[in-house]
Amino acid sequence: MALQSLDILRRSATTTPPPGVRKGVEVAKLIDVSACIGCKACQVACSEWNDIRAEVGSCVGVYDNPTDLSAQAWTVMRFAEHEEKDRLEWLIRKDGCMHCADPGCLKSCPSPGAIIQYANGIVDFHQENCIGCGYCVTGCPFNVPRISKEDSKAYKCSLCSDRVAVGQEPACVKTCPTGAIQFGSKEDMKDYAAERVADLKRRGYEQAGLYDPQGVGGTHVMYVLHHSDRPELYSGLPANPSISPLVSLWKGFAKPLATLALAGVALGSLFHYVTKGPNEVSKEIEDEIEAEDKEGTK
Amino acid sequence: MIRDPKDLKRYNASERANHWVVGISFILLALSGLAFFHPAFFPLTQLFGGPVWARILHPYVGVLMALAFLVIFLRFKHLNRMTAADREWLAKARNMVDGNDHDMPEQGKYNGGQKVMFWVLALCMLLMTLSGVAIWRAWFGFDITVVRLGAVVHAAAGAVMIAMIMVHVYAAIWVKGTIRAMWYGTVTRAWAKQHHRGWYRQMTGK
Repeated sequence: MALQSLDILRRSATTTPPPGVRKGVEVAKLIDVSACIGCKACQVACSEWNDIRAEVGSCVGVYDNPTDLSAQAWTVMRFAEHEEKDRLEWLIRKDGCMHCADPGCLKSCPSPGAIIQYANGIVDFHQENCIGCGYCVTGCPFNVPRISKEDSKAYKCSLCSDRVAVGQEPACVKTCPTGAIQFGSKEDMKDYAAERVADLKRRGYEQAGLYDPQGVGGTHVMYVLHHSDRPELYSGLPANPSISPLVSLWKGFAKPLATLALAGVALGSLFHYVTKGPNEVSKEIEDEIEAEDKEGTK
Repeated sequence: MIRDPKDLKRYNASERANHWVVGISFILLALSGLAFFHPAFFPLTQLFGGPVWARILHPYVGVLMALAFLVIFLRFKHLNRMTAADREWLAKARNMVDGNDHDMPEQGKYNGGQKVMFWVLALCMLLMTLSGVAIWRAWFGFDITVVRLGAVVHAAAGAVMIAMIMVHVYAAIWVKGTIRAMWYGTVTRAWAKQHHRGWYRQMTGK
């Protein structure tokens, strides 16, 4: 169900303007990786608020648990051990939907209203309109959406759009014991991040910086990274994510053009018939055959 | 019931049935596929019991079409080898479309245009099958780049195929006396003499 108190910026597979009379504030979640202790309280809060329970797995030798995002696990902590200058760094990244300003999932989705981008920047899946094709997975530059094995619908972090709509912060933000996850207007989060980055730089992390990748128009989930020059260190966070050129080709200008071309072939055929007339067997050939038959019977 | 015992047999019952299995599955695939191709066509999913059913059914119908098409392909490929006369026919195709077929070169069972259609459709069918498997998430899970490439190829080859089939259907409507060949298998001798004289000679010995 769409949240009527939130305006809509984009709606999947819809070519007319969505409702948008209000002018809201762009929000963002800021995840300060340098302040994260890997307690997974955010995972639990997410599970509690959204009432989803990932199946209990088994230990695979690392702290990651569950080991991957799923229809029942919309956020997971990814633990990476990185050695630098004879020091071990434990880079723990809370993975989940980045809520891109230019969402590849929404661009790819063929079902009207299955993916909504609210004016505040939240990208939300509306499972009742989801047809289970998996095109959102194809379109996502961050490998986030997961198709449920039970109902074949796509699921991912909603940035607690239901809580945000009534003026609350997302559940993970509410629960984080170290303040590593902050929530507010995107502008405020950028200002706060700038302070954190300055602090990290003072502490010797010269490459500290904000992860707000412009290839997808910026995101509404941002990271403060100690090594912002090498985001791949954080369990493969892409350095320059953008919607794949293949997806742009697939869902871009080619489709309306192809649609027009098909209409052109259909109308061209009709008007060809109307202007040139049918291609009928000529009278002469019919007469020839008739004459042959007469000769044959003689 | 034979209208004229001297009519020429163009397709036997098995070939006709095979053609219509391909034809029906193509129509179902085009309607459901277009629905996912552009939002303008999305309401077509209602023909299949809603969008989720359209998504579920489309690939299975695709498997049926691929198999039936393969049989047609094997049956007719030897009749679709391009010859010098076909190339000449293609060079003059503009006159034909313009409504003047008097100086077209003599054609066998299939003319140059039909042969081009045959090979383009065969190529499209191959691409559709491979790319369709790549993006069929219910059964397969390929690398994301393969899936993205598959999505592009599936959409592009599908658009080409739909355009080709519209031309195929229109040609059958335009050239009078043609459609009966696919309903009950025969054509008149006059039809054959006018449009496929080489085949007419071969069939009648004239």
